[in-house]
Amino acid sequence: MNREIDTTGIKIGMWIFLYSEIILFGGLFVLYAVYLHRYPQFFSEGGKELDRIIGTLNTVILLVSSFTVASSVTAVQRGEKKKCAALLLFSILCGFGFLVNKYFEWGAKIDHGIYPNSERLVNGEPGENIFFGLYYLITGLHGLHVIVGIVLLCLSLVLLLTGRVTAQRFTMLDNSGLYWHLVDLIWIFVFPLFYLVL
Amino acid sequence: MDRFNSERSSHHILGYRQLAAVLAGLLLLTGVTVGVSYIHMGFFNIPVALLIACTKVTLVLLFFMHLKYEETIIKLSFIGTVIVLVTLIGFTFWDVAFR
Amino acid sequence: MSETHSFYEISSPPGMTGIKSWLLTHDHKRLGLMYLAAIFFWFNVAMILGLLIRTELMSQGRTIMGPELYNSFFTLHGVIMIFLFVIPGIPAIFGNFFLPIQLGTDDVFFPRLNLFSWYLFMFGGLFAIISLFVGKGFPDTGWTFYVPFSIEVDTNVSLTVMAAFILGMSSLLTGLNFVTTFHRMRDKSMGLMQIPLFTWSLYATAWVQILATPVISITFVLVVMERLLSIGLFDPARGGDPILYQHLFWMYSHPAVYIMILPGMGVISEIIPVFSRKSIFGYKAIVWSSMGIAIAGSLVWAHHMYTSGMSDVSVFVFSLLTFLVAIPSAVKVFSWVATMYKGAIEMTPALLLSLMFIYLFSVGGLTGLVLGSVGTNIHVHDTYFVVAHFHFVMFGGTGFAFFAALHYWWPKMFGVMYRFRPAYVGACLTAVGFLFHYVPMFILGIQGMPRRYYDYLPQYETGNFLAGFGGYLLCAGIVIMFANLLMSFRQGVAAPADPWGATTLEWKVPSPPPVHNFVKQPDIMEFPYDFSGIGNQPGAGARTGDR
Repeated sequence: MNREIDTTGIKIGMWIFLYSEIILFGGLFVLYAVYLHRYPQFFSEGGKELDRIIGTLNTVILLVSSFTVASSVTAVQRGEKKKCAALLLFSILCGFGFLVNKYFEWGAKIDHGIYPNSERLVNGEPGENIFFGLYYLITGLHGLHVIVGIVLLCLSLVLLLTGRVTAQRFTMLDNSGLYWHLVDLIWIFVFPLFYLVL
Repeated sequence: MDRFNSERSSHHILGYRQLAAVLAGLLLLTGVTVGVSYIHMGFFNIPVALLIACTKVTLVLLFFMHLKYEETIIKLSFIGTVIVLVTLIGFTFWDVAFR
Repeated sequence: MSETHSFYEISSPPGMTGIKSWLLTHDHKRLGLMYLAAIFFWFNVAMILGLLIRTELMSQGRTIMGPELYNSFFTLHGVIMIFLFVIPGIPAIFGNFFLPIQLGTDDVFFPRLNLFSWYLFMFGGLFAIISLFVGKGFPDTGWTFYVPFSIEVDTNVSLTVMAAFILGMSSLLTGLNFVTTFHRMRDKSMGLMQIPLFTWSLYATAWVQILATPVISITFVLVVMERLLSIGLFDPARGGDPILYQHLFWMYSHPAVYIMILPGMGVISEIIPVFSRKSIFGYKAIVWSSMGIAIAGSLVWAHHMYTSGMSDVSVFVFSLLTFLVAIPSAVKVFSWVATMYKGAIEMTPALLLSLMFIYLFSVGGLTGLVLGSVGTNIHVHDTYFVVAHFHFVMFGGTGFAFFAALHYWWPKMFGVMYRFRPAYVGACLTAVGFLFHYVPMFILGIQGMPRRYYDYLPQYETGNFLAGFGGYLLCAGIVIMFANLLMSFRQGVAAPADPWGATTLEWKVPSPPPVHNFVKQPDIMEFPYDFSGIGNQPGAGARTGDR
């Protein structure tokens, strides 16, 4: 029984996987909501200690990369292979740019003695400890997803260049794109909730 | 109800210009959310920030993620997931808000 | 029926032989059997552990093991039974085997992902075994891994919760596969209200698996993170809130109870109409009650936490919601009983086990209401009453449904008929042992004996002795049932395609089914439980069982 590849079915599967990712982060947002309710002033102070400029820059980077990934899907469907490859490469570079920013941001925080179980957080106010605990957890998990997203995009790029992603068959690229947008989606919430709160 | 389409559903292709317009909207909203955060509204900063974030997410979902053109089952199940998430967070507040 | 090769003889993908054709298979039927083998092993391990716990408790003081070992054993019993038997049991074995056939298709939508889920399942089990032998041994936290104990104790909590994390992934991917198969692979002529109820129940379960499992994944990640980095998110001294852990834990683990019971209910909804020779009563009501249980069951998690110190408003709200779950559950019980009314009942082991299910599950459900109402809950919270209640639901419910499913589908899966008489004996012994085992626990609970304790006051000795005695009867019954099923291979009485006179699609293909399930395009009946073509005749294979 040979049947045609059912792209819609594959997409349903991918979306269901994305739902599980959303709920995975959802568990952390439950904690965020409760602790924001409990320690609003510490969340506000903690938010001011984070670097808004890096945060905004990272938001812009992710939004732009999301756009280029979406465009690469358009490009592949139109058979514009070179354009598609260039767009993907640019998106991957954006991903690395995001990680580099994150590295400097975390590095600066750690230099200030703010990291899980650091002396400052252990002896300081409980609200501050919770804020930065959540900050590291959520941005850490998000960063992990960025890395996975980059790997998926690289894989799609390789498949595109070797001719296994084509205008007729681009599910791999499409799904990697969906994953990348999910990473973006989560950041869109993380950014105001941590960097701009109150 | 889901129909069984054995023939390939005609794939909708988004134009670059349309995508660029969405990006412009997203960047604009990012500017707005950063700007608004400097205005002190006390508690109301959070709902405003969340409202803007939800708008941005909706844009990403509908266009970048193509949700606008997907099958009903995907749309419905996505809404279901959001409802579940809101319920999980909301029902926890039956406890923490009244303790 | 024309002579066809079964899926045992032809591999999928084609051309593979020997052990490779199993370990690399894409065939949902072989994967179902591979799950069966693994789950059979785990079930026996956990059953023996349970029996050892009960033996220890049969008399006061130290009987056969020390307190540390006892704590590890009841944790291990819980973890294995929950994560390696009850949650995957029916969906992974019978769901994998029969969902595609009932939908009239040749495999699940993502066959390779299905194989991957099996490997995740095996790795999860392997992790659990490894955590027994390395470091400071298996955790003694109970299967709930409550903080702060699970964060501070130096037993192998991290490895064990990672095992549970991996098993959760496996269960999630199986759910993903089922939902996609349900929507995209269903036979074109099969409408939503023509789908067998077992498949409907798996569909409802799959959504719970998809939307609840990630919460436990992140919770377990948090436990590991707390152990590694001590962030303090659940540590009151550092601003955290330990009750939030319980919220997160039960957000998954209560819906998980419905992951466990819904497929069992689906099995019963298949068996009852077949042996009543009568169309199922209230097909749509059962479909909607499955979805209703899935939804309502996800909203009641905090009823495990009445005495944990959460707000009174929350206690009130969650108590109210808990009572709502009783409605769809009762709809199902009424439908099953109404199906049998004025039916031409034909007794088989599968039906007997289903009847036992209805009785035991009803007791479990009704005592659930005792626990759901706050006043009585506070009296019996964390006593043996709770232990008895959830074993009535999980074992009397899902466990018996599992046995019923084994007896119902055994001829289809292996193509051989088993003998009925030993099955009846085994089933009755199991049920009697079950009642001896758990009814004393209800009484002990009301008398105030706390659960999980290594030792107890003298007034509880009679009850505990009886429970231990019942435990041995119970296990003897299960051994007889399993032995009888295994003996069927030696007797080798071939099973016909439809030994029971059933109507769903899996009975219209040869036993065991061919590799692509259907030799020719299946006929989809207007209604899956239409017995007008079969009448009141006993099934063709039923007589072979009475030999």
